[in-house]
Amino acid sequence: MSAHNHTEEHHTGLRVYAAVCLALFVLTAVTVYVAKFDFGDFNIVVAMLIASIKAAIVALYFMHLKFEDKLTWIYALYPLFLLFLLIGFTIMETFTRVPVIK
Amino acid sequence: MSSTVEHAESHAHGHGLGDAVTHNAAKFGMWLFLGTEILLFGGLFAAYALFRAKYPDLFYDSHKKLDVTLGAINTIVLIFSSFTMALAVSASQKRNRNWLMILLSITFICGAAFGVNKYFEYSAKFHHHIYPETNIFFALYFMMTGLHMLHVFIGMGIIFALIIMAKQGRFKEGNRYTPVEVGGLYWHLVDLIWIYLFPLLYLIG
Repeated sequence: MSAHNHTEEHHTGLRVYAAVCLALFVLTAVTVYVAKFDFGDFNIVVAMLIASIKAAIVALYFMHLKFEDKLTWIYALYPLFLLFLLIGFTIMETFTRVPVIK
Repeated sequence: MSSTVEHAESHAHGHGLGDAVTHNAAKFGMWLFLGTEILLFGGLFAAYALFRAKYPDLFYDSHKKLDVTLGAINTIVLIFSSFTMALAVSASQKRNRNWLMILLSITFICGAAFGVNKYFEYSAKFHHHIYPETNIFFALYFMMTGLHMLHVFIGMGIIFALIIMAKQGRFKEGNRYTPVEVGGLYWHLVDLIWIYLFPLLYLIG
């Protein structure tokens, strides 16, 4: 992290932002469209996949994560790991409970 | 008076080492805070995952009662506001005060439009006697979108403050634009969370 880092900061242009915005619009349309089809258990997988692509685009370009240093990346990704623990283990615990009293 | 303040500020936040360090520290601090925000919503996402897995039919039937069109419009409005916010940060970096104020205002208006849309949505639900206590799906729906709405309002407050600061000439040459960038990060997170709420609640239930 050099001291003069911020003065010549990532001047992402209007074109890139406009392309990003358009991509997000298209992905919104796609997610609404594919929701009309039933993939069974994969409905949520498809929806979350598209949402995660959108989220990644927002973080990388709008939030400038693409231009950030390693430390910021670590702190941006670490909560996602905690989220995985929180949701993953809650579900695992609930559905592997052995009923003690019948 | 104001010239002495400006003089002092240009010394304190010149292009020295202190400036860059302060700027990066502020940004990093915001990223840390956003992490806690993700985990705040994370509790609700965990509850959603749990109850959806337990009562898939209830979730499916209930989500049909939500208006996908209104939800999609709000998604577009919020994405567009994120776009104008990103451009506002650009404008502040280029010290373009007029564009900064215009873009921040558009972002603010988008936030307000989102709120109005949500007001009509909630009203329609209440009109059909759907309340948070109706079932677990709607309990989660009102809790998640309500908490998100609160974030939109806080974000609008931040943007309003930034507009005032820009009007006062706080982001002129020699001054830091850090508040705009950090406020922008917060606004983008609001968009980011909605990106997940929309499909989870409106599309697949």
